[in-house]
Amino acid sequence: METPVNVPAEPQYRQVAPMQGEPSAQNPETPSLSIVLEDRKTARANPAKASASKLNFWYGTNQALKNINLAIPENQVTALIGPSGCGKSTFLRCFNRMHDLQPGTRYEGAITLRPDNVNLVGPETDPIEVRMRIGMVFQKPNPFPKTVFENVAYGLRLRGVSNRTALAERVEQALRGAAIWDEVKNRLNDSALALSGGQMQRLCIARALATEPEILLFDEPTSALDPIATAKIEELITELRQRVTVLIVTHNMQQAARVSDFTAFMYLGELVEVDATSKIFTNPSKKATEDYITGRYG
Amino acid sequence: MAATAPLTLEEIRRGLSWRKQLDKVFIAVGLAFLFGCLGILAILFFDLVRDGAARFGWDFLVSFPSRKAENAGILSAAVGTMLMMLVTASTALPVGVAAAIYLEEYAPKNWFTGIIEINVTNLAGVPSIVYGLLALGLFVYKFNFGQSILTAGLTLGLLILPIIIVATRESLRAVPKAIREAAYGLGATRWEVTKDHVLPYSTGGILTGLILGLSRAIGETAPIITIGALSFIAFLPPSPVTGEFPFLNFEWLMSEFTAMPIQMFNWVSRPDQAFQANAAAAGAILLGMTLAMNAVAIWIRYRFRKKINW
Repeated sequence: METPVNVPAEPQYRQVAPMQGEPSAQNPETPSLSIVLEDRKTARANPAKASASKLNFWYGTNQALKNINLAIPENQVTALIGPSGCGKSTFLRCFNRMHDLQPGTRYEGAITLRPDNVNLVGPETDPIEVRMRIGMVFQKPNPFPKTVFENVAYGLRLRGVSNRTALAERVEQALRGAAIWDEVKNRLNDSALALSGGQMQRLCIARALATEPEILLFDEPTSALDPIATAKIEELITELRQRVTVLIVTHNMQQAARVSDFTAFMYLGELVEVDATSKIFTNPSKKATEDYITGRYG
Repeated sequence: MAATAPLTLEEIRRGLSWRKQLDKVFIAVGLAFLFGCLGILAILFFDLVRDGAARFGWDFLVSFPSRKAENAGILSAAVGTMLMMLVTASTALPVGVAAAIYLEEYAPKNWFTGIIEINVTNLAGVPSIVYGLLALGLFVYKFNFGQSILTAGLTLGLLILPIIIVATRESLRAVPKAIREAAYGLGATRWEVTKDHVLPYSTGGILTGLILGLSRAIGETAPIITIGALSFIAFLPPSPVTGEFPFLNFEWLMSEFTAMPIQMFNWVSRPDQAFQANAAAAGAILLGMTLAMNAVAIWIRYRFRKKINW
């Protein structure tokens, strides 16, 4: 591990650092957190790709999100952190209308997607159209029990691509984009269930990338993976930002610090604070945020 | 009180050996019951084989019934049973699977679908003769299908519908929510999720349900007696496959027929002892058919389990 010699004192961050199972400890290529945070201090928000305004959400009579206002900057990574049950996954799933699959859920307010200003959660918007534009990677790798190729091709087939060469080309492109092409290029016709957990998750990322989504949602994508697989996924997420807007929910605060440009802290269904990641982790403006990132609760 | 004092090592060991004894007693009782059941089935099967031993042979399979026991065979009964099963499978499978998909994937969960679900399960417990009476009134007299293979096949199809619906629903339900979410997340409609994912991944369970249903139907006697299957048939139905265009012929559907259980019933009720051997031989063959179908069901389940392992 590099010693952060010329990095100024960062009291809050230091208390978070010595956590167990921290991936960067096992992967020397990942720069230490303090250096990453130092780089991000100059982070500027791009224009918003999507913004939530006065968003409320109910499961039946239980209000899970309360008046959320948040802009998601284009081609940058925004992380949602907060203790269990704070509504971060619920918020993420509003972006592709996953809640519509369950009866008794209700949205109020708006998530406006730029540039065409569609309200993603508006009753007039077709949830399937929303899911065609916004991809998602889930908590547990969930490849279809089909071949590697068919997994990635499925989204394209839904969009009517049936030409074999076009399919093959875009599948390869997506697999390269998810940094898994070299590992699976000779196994395209094998079952996706034969891959390792980390490979499955990158396959799921490729599956989501194949259709070139405008926003890619990650719902705790590494919580079921070992530290090495986690490090690969994190590296991938930081690279993805050049092509797609990323919104990621994570339980692991180091992960938020490593991969994201902006971090939003949620608590009890409310958005407490959002700022540049380095600011949140070194100098949060709210007491609740500071208590959470220094490990006093959560 | 002494009971609250911690147990000595001696007491722990004594108590433990007693509890372990109980475990062994349970294993012994369980095994005894298990082998008791299997033993009864085995005795039954060997008894049938022994009684019918003299009649096994190619002639028995390819002969029509006859007034002379030694010339009689099961050709018309075996063909009748197979064609009947064809009609049963090809009507009960699509209807049952469609009903299960609707109930599982589409129907809203309210009191009305709740009532439908309970009744579907209850249908499995309706005595088969009731289906026979229904078929006699509906298919034979109302629709004028006559005492035909079509009537018998449809009747047995109704009989196994609940089995297929229940088996299909269970295997649809076994497809993890995460897989559905993955497909929905890519922008699939409900029908696309069902046809591209849920249905293919539950094929094993559905086919198993179908075969278990068919092995129930193959031995059913009461409903086909009720609709009036004949017991003495010395001809085969018209062949389903023909030499000239369109190569398929559906006249056999309206043909009169007999089936294995009917043939057995007929032979058993004859005074001549020689026919008892025929009945035993036919019984052994019928039982063999059922066991073979179950074996296929197990094989299919095994194959799909190996391929799809959630």
